[in-house]
Amino acid sequence: MAKPPKAFATTGRSRKGEPLVWLTALGLTLGVLMTLWLLGLVVYKGCQTFWPDRLQVFEVKTDSGTEKVAGYEVLDRDRRDGDGNLHHEVQLFRGNVELYGEKFVFLDSSSIVSREQADDLLLVERLAGGNVIGRAKAIELADGSRMGPEDPSFEDELEALIEVNEDRRDELRDVEKFQIGKNSKRIKELELKKRLIADGKVGGSIPEIDAELEKLQAEYEELFAEKVKIEELMKARHLYIEAVDGREIVISGESLLHVLRPNEVGFFGRLGEMLRRIWNFLTMDPREANTEGGVYPAIFGTVIMTIVMSLFVTPFGVIAAIYLREYAKQGPFVRAVRISVNNLAGVPSIVFGVFGLAFFIYFVGGVVDGVFFPNAEEPVYKSGGILWASLTLALLTVPVVIVATEEALAAVPRGVREAALACGASKWQAIQRVVLPASLPGILTGVILAMARGAGEVAPLMLVGVVKSAPDLPIDVTAPFIHPERQFMHLGFHIYDLGFQSPDSEAAKPMVFATTLLLITIVVVMNLAAIIIRNRLRKKYATSSF
Amino acid sequence: MPREDFIAVDKFSFFYGEKQALHDIDMAIPQQEVTALIGPSGCGKSTLLRNMNRMNDLIEGVRHRGDIRLNGKSLYDPRIEVISLRKRVGMVFQKYNPFAKTVYENVIFSLRVAGRNKKKELDEVVERSLRSAALWDEVKDRLHDSAFGLSGGQQQRLCIARAIANQPEILLMDEPCAALDPTATLKIESLIRDLKSQFTIVIVTHNMEQASRCSDRTAFLYMGRLVEYGPTKQLFENPSEEDTEAYISGRFS
Ligand SMILES: Nc1ncnc2c1ncn2[C@@H]1O[C@H](COP(=O)(O)OP(=O)(O)OP(=O)(O)O)[C@@H](O)[C@H]1O
Ligand SMILES: [Mg+2]
Repeated sequence: MAKPPKAFATTGRSRKGEPLVWLTALGLTLGVLMTLWLLGLVVYKGCQTFWPDRLQVFEVKTDSGTEKVAGYEVLDRDRRDGDGNLHHEVQLFRGNVELYGEKFVFLDSSSIVSREQADDLLLVERLAGGNVIGRAKAIELADGSRMGPEDPSFEDELEALIEVNEDRRDELRDVEKFQIGKNSKRIKELELKKRLIADGKVGGSIPEIDAELEKLQAEYEELFAEKVKIEELMKARHLYIEAVDGREIVISGESLLHVLRPNEVGFFGRLGEMLRRIWNFLTMDPREANTEGGVYPAIFGTVIMTIVMSLFVTPFGVIAAIYLREYAKQGPFVRAVRISVNNLAGVPSIVFGVFGLAFFIYFVGGVVDGVFFPNAEEPVYKSGGILWASLTLALLTVPVVIVATEEALAAVPRGVREAALACGASKWQAIQRVVLPASLPGILTGVILAMARGAGEVAPLMLVGVVKSAPDLPIDVTAPFIHPERQFMHLGFHIYDLGFQSPDSEAAKPMVFATTLLLITIVVVMNLAAIIIRNRLRKKYATSSF
Repeated sequence: MPREDFIAVDKFSFFYGEKQALHDIDMAIPQQEVTALIGPSGCGKSTLLRNMNRMNDLIEGVRHRGDIRLNGKSLYDPRIEVISLRKRVGMVFQKYNPFAKTVYENVIFSLRVAGRNKKKELDEVVERSLRSAALWDEVKDRLHDSAFGLSGGQQQRLCIARAIANQPEILLMDEPCAALDPTATLKIESLIRDLKSQFTIVIVTHNMEQASRCSDRTAFLYMGRLVEYGPTKQLFENPSEEDTEAYISGRFS
């Protein structure tokens, strides 16, 4: 008689895996959701900044009748006042600072009599003073006469005015920044030389220098006159805007940047406007205490600083890791060093900033200044600059590179090393020609992590060279082209400055989101670039260990 | 005139820390012959082989007693440079281990590290070595592709080409066919017979047939001791030790 087959044993509990599996899945889900939520918020708010909203005219009750105000809605919220009554209110961007003083206003819903979209409203972007909202009243022509919007060539005249001013602004920048800048730099140099000659420190003839100084002075006056002329030309013409409450705003041609009719343009018009705004955001200098304009100098500073940092941290970290892993006699001492390196990654970054300030700027910078610039009036290297900031961040991120490199080196199969040695390679040759190439993808992973960490770091930078506004980029067209001693702007610091240091934090809010989005994008782009390079290498040096 | 005791192992003992892996080995390996080392796993074959190019120096805490002489010169002479020694002794490992480089660069690695970079010479060496390793026809069109694109057998032959590129006098092979299929194994065996005219070959193998097919002499090691050593034919047909007979007939536990 055959025995019946035995049933499988069961635990009696869940047969679909253990409850802990469910818990780990929950943890992952929560983490992913929070990250997505944060990213989504940043992307949504960041993009919203650039999308041109429709303008509306609100009629609002006041003590004496009603008043009109135009603008676009930014916020819509319920607020409980001191007595516990609930109010519904909308926040409006109304611009026109010279009339209202504040760009933003809260309107209580109960006080709003009517709201309507008026087609002929203009949104005028200005260089100074922020946006203006109102109706076109007139444009001043070259001969001083005024042309009203009813004239068929009004639009063309307006466009021509904007365009011609754009060219003049370029011209002005050239004169101011390059020609006058060059001139005054030369004058400064000569004056220094003169002083040195007078002190008897160097040889040379004072009259000769005086003659040249005079020539430079004359040149300066000429340039200055040119500058004034361009400015006069720009100031000569105006655009007259009538706010919805009837008051007039005069916009000087010098300040006029762009005019948009947000209520008339269609979807593609608005899309175009959005692209224009994004482009300006990426390529222009900041204005109005950073709350308007672009962030180009900050992008530039962030990218250059991160690249310079990687250039320092990679060789430094790799060399240190090679010694630790390949040459140092493994023992308690090396173990202690390794633990210290790992713990270095946990030191608060501000401590690195303090160290950078003390060591790089005060000590190294002081020595450099003493040796190379003994006669400079202001410290050159003994003050914060992009070089010192990069070095400080390199120090901050070096543990990441060391740990990654050590792991990559350890992952290179023993057989490969032995094969190299058996071919008559010395230990260094084996490392250099075989082990390092094979561990390059792992090393690059470390560099990528270091870059991501470095690009997002802000606190230490505040001590070693980041500023809220740096007119000159660290790389430009004036000799010697690379200026490692210059202070710079940084997107991370820009976010902090806009959000928490700005006099008008309401106006800065959209910029904070846009800048955050940009910083994230830049970090992602730089990482992607590094990952692509790594994958190329990995294909080339494919080993089984990664 | 080939030398009878080209590699002379003289009362050689070897220790990994406290553990003695070789006990007073005495053997003379003749020039331009193939000598096979056989024996059960852990008996010290690799240890002996790896001492012939001082590969064991890399391991910490090892020491030795006795001597190994190459063409009459002691390998352990403190004046000898290990690197120059390894240039004279090529090695092929059990697991093929080409470098993460092109086929071409793999072959000429030993020349590169010796600082020989003349293009013409390198080209010649590549062709000659790959031909000797019976690989030339298969890879001549992909010399500049990654070595990892080759099949396992091809990779092992590439490692052989790499080992002989700088024309060493001795070729040490540690189970070169362990990871290969029978066809690739046969190819490498015939290769070994061909290479005999140029090199002195010492090969470690677990495969009795392989030892009898391609070696002139065979040494049987057991528990770190040399049990029997003699012409392959004699050792396989008429072993003088009981252990040897038991091992080669597969009756060994
Ligand atoms: N690095 C090492 N450290 C300590 N002991 C070792 C080391 N390498 C080998 N041994 C020991 O030395 C003895 C001989 O090892 P060896 O590798 O020479 O054996 P083998 O004959 O090559 O074996 P197999 O046929 O399995 O490769 C073994 O007992 C082994 O455990
Ligand atoms: Mg072995």
